[in-house]
Amino acid sequence: MNRQLARWAFCAILVAGLPGVGVLGSAALADEAPPVKLNSTADHSKFKELQKKLESGPDVTRACLSCHTEAAKQVHRTKHWKWEFLNPQNNQKLGKQHVLNNFCISISQNYPFCTGCHVGYGWKDKNFDFTVEENVDCLACHDTTGNYKKPAGLAGHPAYKPIESPPGSGKILQPPDLTKIAQKVGKTTRDTCGSCHFYGGGGDGVKHGDLDSSMAAPDKELDVHMDATGLDFTCGTCHSTSSHDVPGSRYKPTAIDKHDAHIRGKVGQGNPATCQACHGNTPHKEHPRLNAHAEKIACQTCHVPTFARGGVATKMSWDWSTAGRKGPDGKHMTKKDAKGHVIYDTRKGDFVLGENVKPEYRWFNGDITYTLLGDKVEKSDIATPINRIAGSPADGRSMIWPMKIMRGVQPFDPVNKTLVMPHTAGNDDIGYWKNLEWEKAIADGMKNMDAPFSGKVDFIKTEMYWPITHMVAPKENAVACAECHTADSRLKGISGIYMPSHSNKGWLDLLGWLAAAATLAGVLVHGAIRIVMSRRK
Amino acid sequence: MSANRIYVFQRFERFWHWSQAALIITMLITGFEVHGTYKLFGFEKAVNIHTIAAWTLIGLWVFAIFWHLTTGEWKQYVPTLKKVDAMIKYYALGIFTNAAHPFRATRLSKHNPLQRLAYLFVMLCIGPLIWFTGWFYLFYDAWNAWGVDKYLSLEWVAFFHTVAAFLMLTFLIAHLYLTTAGHTPTSHIKAMITGWEEVE
Repeated sequence: MNRQLARWAFCAILVAGLPGVGVLGSAALADEAPPVKLNSTADHSKFKELQKKLESGPDVTRACLSCHTEAAKQVHRTKHWKWEFLNPQNNQKLGKQHVLNNFCISISQNYPFCTGCHVGYGWKDKNFDFTVEENVDCLACHDTTGNYKKPAGLAGHPAYKPIESPPGSGKILQPPDLTKIAQKVGKTTRDTCGSCHFYGGGGDGVKHGDLDSSMAAPDKELDVHMDATGLDFTCGTCHSTSSHDVPGSRYKPTAIDKHDAHIRGKVGQGNPATCQACHGNTPHKEHPRLNAHAEKIACQTCHVPTFARGGVATKMSWDWSTAGRKGPDGKHMTKKDAKGHVIYDTRKGDFVLGENVKPEYRWFNGDITYTLLGDKVEKSDIATPINRIAGSPADGRSMIWPMKIMRGVQPFDPVNKTLVMPHTAGNDDIGYWKNLEWEKAIADGMKNMDAPFSGKVDFIKTEMYWPITHMVAPKENAVACAECHTADSRLKGISGIYMPSHSNKGWLDLLGWLAAAATLAGVLVHGAIRIVMSRRK
Repeated sequence: MSANRIYVFQRFERFWHWSQAALIITMLITGFEVHGTYKLFGFEKAVNIHTIAAWTLIGLWVFAIFWHLTTGEWKQYVPTLKKVDAMIKYYALGIFTNAAHPFRATRLSKHNPLQRLAYLFVMLCIGPLIWFTGWFYLFYDAWNAWGVDKYLSLEWVAFFHTVAAFLMLTFLIAHLYLTTAGHTPTSHIKAMITGWEEVE
């Protein structure tokens, strides 16, 4: 009875109060608690520093740094800024500043194009000043609007006036409203990381195979963790970052992680981006046999059944040696396959693309040695490794890992026997993509690196290893036993493992079946004689 | 039809024999699938069936060993060379000419001397070979912990397991045929089902 009374009273108060709310309107709402929990304590649109017209990227950064005083210094220490990584194991100087690959090959003399993906502004040649704080690009990683774009060719700047992008496409890119974008900054998202990492190699999904635009909002089948309507991980959930230094590097990957799952307060826990950092080393609660598998097999080997699974194709090979052929009209041409993927481009040569690609598998212990500019290479039928991965069944620290192996044919210097760095991009009279002359393009790229070039150009087969780790499928879709435990095994050719069915000794089977067959024949003959003899009687 | 009958196989023995037969045949079928000889259940299912059958057979053997020890029936497998030559001669010649079977089963001696030797070979050679290799195979995960990984290689464990499987298969073929080589073609089989063997 009392409760009913209370309910009536409550309704009466509510009805009486309603017109009041209407009258007060938005002024009153502004002071009410927002309907959902905010994940930040700061509304950047309320900051005076961001309420003025911000004309350029560095303008925005200056505003950011007026509060986040140490942020640029933190970024300055990172690979994202320096594009440089010193491998402590073999002292190789790596990073995009130094390495070559078998996609677009290198950044030398292509700076303004490549640095569209630099977390900075103005890296247009090798004289870029890495000490200037305002040249750090905060928005590349912290934009939440999706409107912040850094077109290739502007050395990392967004467009400040309408430009045609890509050049010749007829599409006009309007300059973004930097003030609005700055007022809405937030944590990194799949989109911000993806704006570069999905497009590595010059296009969607080209480079990695396990990172492409389909991972911006994947479903559960594509990535069980990033599932946009499920766990909804961002990149940073695993690549858990402090001081702007993102962990989890391909230059020195963690191939084997014997640590247990990370526990707060415990020191020396290693790379937070490994599977084991959350799942530990014995994650299969109901199948101890699978835990035993995990002693030698990387999680990804079973849990990433195929890559390029989201509908975006990845490049599997790139043959630069066929570049330069023009169409019947004497102009640059492209050829497309049935699905509309470009498989030939005058500027670039032939491509092979793949979707739903089964990885290749290798023993891998995390040690990688690059073939750098100046290292001797020998032309042969065996592909020159751009990066050599180490690993063996016997070294006690290798696991069997899934790999995308990018195969290529790329220009090299047959006299000096080195790989070369051609100047490709650019609307000038040197860049290969416009002029289609290798000698000029390579001479320019090599001069920029102070590297010798004989003037002769030949092409060499190369391969590059990309450990596969993203696009983790739900457990129901993990690689099934029989995909490896079968004659046509995924692991065929992997040394140091025994698996029934494809490691059998043929002669044992032959002997065994002969013995069984001889016995059978013997008893059949014996029986036949018995039957014949008894009938005679 | 007033043939002499003796009760040779007791109820437990018959239960043991037939369940063991079913389990061994199951393991042969699934084992050769795991081995990669053909595809029937699929690898994963074949492994699971094989493993369950193996543990079941181990359990069965525990009971069988206990039974043999407590009943003294283990003596049935003590080898003898007496009359072995007569048995060989019978299988080689006599059986075709309807000669008299040289062995007469009794409660105390229900297997002929060739059977004794064959079963002893199965139990002392094929059995242990298949058990030991099978166990090591099954517990491959624990080799590290046991400290045996330095001395064993999966490849050779699997090799001898397969050798034992072929021996078992060969035994099975011969055994199936020889069940028809009693006093009448069906007397052994009937005995194994009912427990009663007809003797002359």
